[in-house]
Amino acid sequence: MSEETPAPLWEVFIRSKRGLSHNHVGSLHAPDAEMALRNARDVYTRRMEGVSIWVVPSAVITASSPDEKDSFFDPAADKPYRHPTFYSIPKEVQQL
Amino acid sequence: MVAGAAAVYALRLADDCLVLSHRLAQWSSRAPTLEDDVALTNIALDLLGQARGLYARTAELDGTGRSEDDYAFMRGEREFINCLLVEQENGDFAATIVRQLLCSTFQLAQWQALTTSTDGPVSAVAAKAAKETSYHRDHATDWTLRLGDGTDESHRRMESALAAMWPFTAELFESDAVAREAGALGVGPDPATLRPEWEGYIRRVLGDATLVMPESTWTPSGGREGLHTECFGYMLAEMQHLHRSFPGVTW
Repeated sequence: MSEETPAPLWEVFIRSKRGLSHNHVGSLHAPDAEMALRNARDVYTRRMEGVSIWVVPSAVITASSPDEKDSFFDPAADKPYRHPTFYSIPKEVQQL
Repeated sequence: MVAGAAAVYALRLADDCLVLSHRLAQWSSRAPTLEDDVALTNIALDLLGQARGLYARTAELDGTGRSEDDYAFMRGEREFINCLLVEQENGDFAATIVRQLLCSTFQLAQWQALTTSTDGPVSAVAAKAAKETSYHRDHATDWTLRLGDGTDESHRRMESALAAMWPFTAELFESDAVAREAGALGVGPDPATLRPEWEGYIRRVLGDATLVMPESTWTPSGGREGLHTECFGYMLAEMQHLHRSFPGVTW
């Protein structure tokens, strides 16, 4: 509509119900945090998706780079002892 | 005693909701950003739901048993008794926001009073609508603050939108035999009683938005008698042509 620069980008996190954590659901544009929250309500919770919303300026998120995949994530691949799979679980334990 | 005052009163409320809903729906795919597009059409859907509940109740009260579609699509311009403010054209984004601020502030006060209506179905619609409309007012308030206290251009546009919409606000608070009867029966508030609350809120928001509350000596009226502004006929033609061309069409 205009040639002005678009409003800043925000990342939206929604908690679907009490007890669960907030999950990233997408992003949107808004001039400030309050409007971002309202826009998130309109764009992402129309079908009763949530009970709580967080918005975070996309610019403040520091993300890992796909180029660093080898050094970041591959070293964990051959270290099965980090998984708690070497314990025998007592029968009495129902939920784990 | 006015025969059928409750039915006329409910129909006024319903027509206000439907017409404002259609005006907002006209923004669909045309709003400045995707986010505003969704926000405005969400509000339109809320209003449509409110209108449907009220048309259903009107059909019982006036004894005609008409369907919601009959009220929306099969009445002519003169049979609609919405206020003139809701039918005003969308204009630019500022005009729509100003209309929203003025309308939703009025409607919120009205819904809150209607939650204690002696008419069960009307008070049920009001209980749900009050929550929805509270958001509509917040939305309009936020934008009013940002545009009024924004750039020179946004401030200028808000000023001219206010000047254009303001004269139509007088009609919102008009009292007549139907309104007084509804008030006496406890069906709903006489609109005249809502003015102080409305004016207090509008004055505060406009002040915060560095906008001046206009004064107008021209106070057009007639919507409650079916006498509308020119733009309404065009809107109605667009809204009704499909249903009238293909009666009962579904998809």
